[in-house]
This record gives sequence, C-alpha cells and structure tokens, in this order.
Amino acid sequence: MSTASTSPSATLSQPSSSAGALGVRLSGVGRTFDSKVVLRDVDLDIAAGEIVALIGASGCGKSTLLRQISGLDQPSTGRITIDGSPVAGIDLRCSVGFQEPRLLPWRSLEHNTELGLPRGTAKGEGRERVRELLRLVGLGHASGLRPRQVSGGMAQRASLARALARRPGVLVLDEPFGALDALTRLQMQDLLLDVHSAEPTTIILVTHDVDEALYLADRVVLLGADPQAPADGATIRSITVVPGARPRDRGDATLAHLRVELLDGLGVSAHHSS
Amino acid sequence: MTEKPSLAEAPAPDSGAGAPASLHQYASTYGYSAAGTEGNLVREPVRGERRGGQGWIIVAGLVLPALLLVAWFLISALGLVPEYRLPAPQSVWLAAVEFAENGTLATHIAISTQRVLLGFAAGSILGLALGALVGLSKWGSAFLSPTIGAFRAVPSLAWVPLLVLYIGINEDSKVTLIAIGALFPVYTTVAGALRHVDPHLVELGRAYGLGRLQLLTQVQLPAVVPSIVSGLRLALAQAWLFLVAAELIASSMGLGFLLVDSQNNGRVDRLFLTIILLGILGKTTDALIGLLEKYLLKRWS
Ligand SMILES: Nc1ncnc2c1ncn2[C@@H]1O[C@H](COP(=O)(O)OP(=O)(O)OP(=O)(O)O)[C@@H](O)[C@H]1O
Ligand SMILES: [Mg+2]
Repeated sequence: MSTASTSPSATLSQPSSSAGALGVRLSGVGRTFDSKVVLRDVDLDIAAGEIVALIGASGCGKSTLLRQISGLDQPSTGRITIDGSPVAGIDLRCSVGFQEPRLLPWRSLEHNTELGLPRGTAKGEGRERVRELLRLVGLGHASGLRPRQVSGGMAQRASLARALARRPGVLVLDEPFGALDALTRLQMQDLLLDVHSAEPTTIILVTHDVDEALYLADRVVLLGADPQAPADGATIRSITVVPGARPRDRGDATLAHLRVELLDGLGVSAHHSS
Repeated sequence: MTEKPSLAEAPAPDSGAGAPASLHQYASTYGYSAAGTEGNLVREPVRGERRGGQGWIIVAGLVLPALLLVAWFLISALGLVPEYRLPAPQSVWLAAVEFAENGTLATHIAISTQRVLLGFAAGSILGLALGALVGLSKWGSAFLSPTIGAFRAVPSLAWVPLLVLYIGINEDSKVTLIAIGALFPVYTTVAGALRHVDPHLVELGRAYGLGRLQLLTQVQLPAVVPSIVSGLRLALAQAWLFLVAAELIASSMGLGFLLVDSQNNGRVDRLFLTIILLGILGKTTDALIGLLEKYLLKRWS
C-alpha cells in the first residue's frame, strides 16, 4: 500500500469537469415490496457537498434507500429530488458504488474502471483519469489484472475507483469499505476525504462501522423500525450532527459519547456486560 | 461437456438389412444423442494446464487408439473374425489408397464437409438470432419460445419427407436438414445463457448509463460468449450427425453415400474407412472449435 501514501489532493486538484456537488432532498419516501413495508416516511435534506452516513441494522433498508436515490428503484410513496429536479429512472448525476464490487469478469481492473467515466470522455484523458484513480486506491500495479485474479478488498477498491471516475454530483456508496482490512480501510477513508475536498461532491454512504461514520460524516442518519411496531417499516430514528471539521482526530474523545449513543441506537451496548 | 457423439458408436447398418432399417437406427440414435447433448449445458471448467503437461496428455490420448489398432490387427491376422465382417487394417488402408488415387475420396470428403459447414453456418446464425430474441426480450420469449419449443420437440428427421417434397433431393434439402440440426443447440444455449446473465452486472451497466445496445455489446454478449461457443460445439456435432442421415437417405456423393454404397456392394473395408474418416473429420472440426473455445474462455472469463 505504498502507493496510497502519496498525497492524493495534489494530483486531484486539477479543475473538475462536473457541475460540482448537488443537493438531495427526500420527502415522505417509502418503499413497499409486495405487501412488506421496508421503508416509510423518510424525510431528509442533504446539502450540496455534505457527507451523510446511513447506519442501521442489517436488512433495515439502507441499500433500498440508496437505490431510490440513484433511481435504480422507484419509491412507492414520496419523492426524491437532486438539485431540485426529480429523480425519474436511473440518474446519471449519481454515481453508485454497490455493496458488491460488481466488476465485469472479462475486463481488466483498468477497463472496469473506465466504465465509470462519463460518456464522451476523450480517450487519452479518460485513460489518464483511470490510471490516477487506480493509483490512488492502491491498485496502480494491478490495473491489468482480471477481477478473478485479485482479492475481495482489491475488487472493492476498483469498484470505488469506478464510482469516482465520473466526478459525480452525488456519490452513493453502499458499504464501500466493508471487505477491506483494518489498515486499508483507514487509508481508503482518508482517500475518500481527499477526493471530497479536491472534487466537491455530495456523499451518501452506508456503513456498519460507527467509528467510520463519525470520522467521515457531517451527519449520521440512523435508520430503523420502531421496536414497538416493527412491521411498519424502517424510517429515520435519529440524525446526529457530528461536531468538528474534517480531518478529524480518530481518537477524538468528544465523539465518544456520540459513539455510545449510536451504538445504543443500533441495539449494541457499548460496554459488554454479562 | 458431452463429447461429440461419435459416429463410430452409432449402430452400423447391419450388413443383411436394407436401407429403411438403417434409417430407423439413425433416427433412434439421433433422438438419444440430441437429448443427451442439448440437456447437458454445463461448461467445462477452464483448467490451467501447464505447458509441460500438454505433450503428456496428447500421448496419453493416443495410447488407446494404438492398442485398438493392435488388437484389430491381431484379430484379423489370427482369423478370429472372417474378413467379410471385419476387414484387416491393411485392406482398409488399401481401400483408402485406391480411393485417394482415383480422386473420389477427396470429392466425397469435400462435398460432405461443404454440406456440414453450410448447414452449420446457416443453423447457428439463425439459432443465435432466435436465441438472442428469446433470451433478451420478455416479449420475444413470450411470443416465440412456445412455438420454437414445439418445433424443437419434433424429432428433426421427421422433417425429411417434407423437405424432399418441398425442396427435392438436392443440396438445398440436405443443407436445410443439417441447419435444422445445428439450430436448436445454439438456440437453447444462447437463449438460456442470456436469460441468466448476472442481474447484478446488468444493473451495474444500467446504473453507469449504458443504453440497450451498449448493454448488449458490453455486458450481455461478453457474459454469454462461453455459452455461445459450447452451443456451437454441440451444433457442429449435430451437423455431422445430420449430414450422415441426409446422405444415407438420398445422395450420390458424400461420406453417407459411401456408407450406403459400400454396404450395398459388400465392401466392409470401405465401410470401415468411411466410419474412420467421419470420426477423424468430426474430431478435427470439434478440436478447431475447442481451440476457439479455449481462446475465448481465456479472453472472456
Ligand atoms: N427486490 C426486492 N424484493 C423484495 N424484497 C426486497 C427487495 N429488495 C430488498 N428487499 C427487502 O428489503 C429489506 C431491506 O433490504 P436492504 O438490502 O435495503 O437492507 P440493508 O439495510 O441494505 O441490509 P444490509 O445491511 O444487510 O445490506 C430486506 O428485508 C429485503 O428482504
Ligand atoms: Mg445493504
């Protein structure tokens, strides 16, 4: 991982071609599968350039909510707008990093990452961008390899590079660092923050890691169902504004109580007592 | 992966029986092998063979044929089976030399190969197109697949009388029959594979802005390349099978004709020669597709 030690912000600071970060607004969003209510009444206003972390128990509908935002799925109720205009169908203002890497097995990591480039990118420029992104995620040496030749963590980093390639207005990431080892995970978190400051974008990410949420996000949104009425579906249980400007100190003691609060919200007691 | 149904395994027309009996035998042979080959769509896993191992494998594969040849030689040298039932290897060789010298062998082989290739090409192209329609479009599938399924259920040799009636006994009817034989394996594999392309990858393509056509060329087709090739491989085996059927029924040239002709003249040596030639030709064309398959699997998976 020596590649990740070079300062990414230096190489990423070239003028961005995207329209910049875009705001996202969800009002009364709900999603029902057949007769099963998964999400209900989700109201959330995300400012352009904000980083929002979504946390919640497994199966509570986090991925489903991301799919609504990127237009891969339509909400059963409510509406979603990006930059004021409604999301109708797949919205290319969003770039999606899926929960699984979803790399095309017959393409090298480099060509997989190319898929993320906006249509009509000049060949040379695109290749340059891809090479730079792969280097940033620590895959510079592996760009010619096929997905089956790389580890799960490498595949996930390639998928992150692909999501970044478009310089999206909204970056939607579903557990982007889930398959990474602890050290790479920290490096990728810093990389994401570097990209965010060099190329303004709104980031909505799902994570299971409360510390990651507190390190990265402006706000942490806890999704979950009402324990009294679990069949009603999940909605926003709490929104936690994380104090302090980024980059934050990972050991920041002022965040400790937030951590306890959030873990509590997830149904985990912070101190294991028997 | 099912081997190309070896023609040498097909029941050879009994020397006493007439043509209708052998037609029935071929029909039942076909019915059996069609079910066997089309049903078996499991792809052979790519094996990472090392270079050094390659030569050893070829030698190992040649051991049994060599043993068979020796056994054949001994059996006929010892006179265990009369010559009119089992010719000696050298008389088969002599038959080959005689044929080769007067040029008829090359003609028979050429005309048969031409029929197989034409029928195979026509059948595979049609099979690909139909398979793509049915595999990619819900409407296409709803509209077409029951009908195609019904046509497929008709044992393909049942078309023969109709083909003869409509087209006549000529090249076209033979090539058409072979095309019918080649069509269904390609159709079935391609339609099935396209239907089962990983939905995650298709969704990925859509999420990254690929249109319908780009989705097809960049995600769906590459995903089914290995299946297409194994479908083609099955189709080629079928094409040889149908070639012999077509030529047995009515022809004045080609390897199938040679079988009937040798049978009628009691030339067991030529019968053996033809069967061996069919085996060699089938295996060679199959090996060529096998090479293509190997290359494509390396490239696309
Ligand atoms: N296409 C679908 N059809 C039916 N039910 C679905 C569908 N997609 C999701 N669900 C249901 O919606 C619920 C939420 O799923 P989702 O994938 O959003 O959970 P998640 O919060 O992302 O979970 P995890 O943390 O395990 O990834 C699940 O109970 C799932 O069964
Ligand atoms: Mg999920």
